[in-house]
Amino acid sequence: MSKQNIAADIDIVPKGGDEDWAYTDEVKKHFFQPKNLIADAKSVKDYDGLGMVGSPACGDMMKVWIKVDKKEDKIKDMKWQTFGCGSAIAATSMLSVMVSEKGGILIDEALKIKAKDITERLHGLPIRKIHCSVLGDKALRSAINNYFIKSKQKDRFIKEQTRMIDKIAKVTDHDIEEAVLEGAHTLEAVQKKTKVGVGNPEVIPEVEQLIRFYQEKYFG
Amino acid sequence: MPKNIYLDYAATTPVDERVVAAMEPYWTKEFGNPSSLYKLGQRAKHAIDNSRQTVADFFNCQPEEILFTAGGTASINLALKGLLGSYKEPMHIIISAIEHHAVLHTAEKLKKLGHEISVLPIDKDGLVNIKDLEAAIQDNTVLVSIMTANNEIGVVQDIQKLGNLIEKINKSRKNKIYFHTDACQAAGALDLNIQKLHVDLMTINGSKIYGPKGVGVLYIKKSTPLTALIDGGGQEKNLYSGTENVPSIVGLATALKLAYQDKEKNNKQLTKLRDWLIAEILNKIPKTRLNGHATKRLPNNVNISILDVEGEAMLLYLDEVGIQASTGSACTSTTLDPSHVIRALGCPYEVAHGSMRFSLGKDTTKQDLEYLMSQLPKIVAKLRKASPVNINMADIDKSVKLAARKIIKL
Repeated sequence: MSKQNIAADIDIVPKGGDEDWAYTDEVKKHFFQPKNLIADAKSVKDYDGLGMVGSPACGDMMKVWIKVDKKEDKIKDMKWQTFGCGSAIAATSMLSVMVSEKGGILIDEALKIKAKDITERLHGLPIRKIHCSVLGDKALRSAINNYFIKSKQKDRFIKEQTRMIDKIAKVTDHDIEEAVLEGAHTLEAVQKKTKVGVGNPEVIPEVEQLIRFYQEKYFG
Repeated sequence: MPKNIYLDYAATTPVDERVVAAMEPYWTKEFGNPSSLYKLGQRAKHAIDNSRQTVADFFNCQPEEILFTAGGTASINLALKGLLGSYKEPMHIIISAIEHHAVLHTAEKLKKLGHEISVLPIDKDGLVNIKDLEAAIQDNTVLVSIMTANNEIGVVQDIQKLGNLIEKINKSRKNKIYFHTDACQAAGALDLNIQKLHVDLMTINGSKIYGPKGVGVLYIKKSTPLTALIDGGGQEKNLYSGTENVPSIVGLATALKLAYQDKEKNNKQLTKLRDWLIAEILNKIPKTRLNGHATKRLPNNVNISILDVEGEAMLLYLDEVGIQASTGSACTSTTLDPSHVIRALGCPYEVAHGSMRFSLGKDTTKQDLEYLMSQLPKIVAKLRKASPVNINMADIDKSVKLAARKIIKL
């Protein structure tokens, strides 16, 4: 039996912040030599879509510019700027490579890119850093939406579908998604962050399902 | 030029060679269990007794009032939970907004057990206001816990003044209020004379004063009612059972002795270096902000927020050029929350995310800091070019000015 199997059998996986902090070489490469990074925002003149998500207050902010070939409906180029940690910078750099390599990417394909795909290309991120990397595809989607508006393709605009889970605490499925990304893996932890189901216990089965869903989505 | 410049002494310190030498005999030669009757055991017991006396001498208290534990967190848990465990009804505790997580999380646990917790705000410089303490005291208050010096921003509280107030209030009260202070960061630099501080409980640990990790002290004034958290063989007056960690206890006492010996010299040198570095960063890098009082702070602590850039990113670049420091950014904390200390100052989140702590040590040289200054501005400039953020410093000042500084019930 391999060493890994034995550990899995014994189930001594430590909980909470004990796993290796170290970044992979791929992450370090993209952090210290980021690709497609804009040094001067004013220098980007000829772009087709501009997106921005996050805020300095939450510790992560991303601005994305895309160049689109309208006839081919392909993103040809992506430039970006970021206020954020090593994961945020590396993830956005990798995303910009993923959409512009091999002559670009069809918009519909670009919209399918998930945070997990970026993490895989980076050869993995420490679990608690995964949430830092998800802003990238949100920013790209925001830029694509901006392109749709500018190019008068309003029908393709993607509305962020949120579903109200708890009408009393006003918590949506997005709020729960955020909480899981920030490290809340149990009902108690999610309730601590969002107050969902506190005083409204009928919604708890649904909340627990969503927690399981988002955990699988982002942490596999 | 491969360099290794450690500027994170507030996180932990290397053990002084002289401390290692003092500990050496107790690993393999004088390895006896202090509870054993034969001479080998008794010699180990004497080593602990001597260490206890050493610590008591420096704190100006009785050796019976000194308990050895497994570290700062262990001492804090014993002080808080041990004291509250002696009461049958739910009681009231007062802490400051900038306590270490050992105090904060222990307080949160005590709240779950039914006790009331009040959290005192700090002013824009990080200081507790004595009027707030007075206002927070209730009939059922039994414990106040305020740290002597803060680990993140180095701010030093006037423990003596606060202790005096509590003593005065106690003269006309049924429920005595006990005063605990976490002095882990202060032990190396400040005078911890118990008779002056008027505290009933005090915590220090070895790893911040060039001593070993995994050992700490809890000073417990005579007749302070504590219930043990750990049951067993009855060591340490039945308050901290377990075979004593003889080498580390000897190490801690030695480290404390050395700290007091070299205190004035170290403090003078460190203060000079600290002030030089603060001025350098504030002057040479635009959009920077000192966190915490400029002078009522530990001689070795520099905590400055560098705006428009994120802390972890700066740390990674610094690590690449051989400099180790720390940050108050959310990305590097285990809880994914940004520094509660910077937030308690009244600063908006951005200021926490860009905060950098450089804590100096007794061996830090001017050349080390000059090297830091040869790298830091470049790193900041590079990261700023990549950043879409452009915070208005005036907005930060406004936020700090208007911050609500209220006593909060947890």
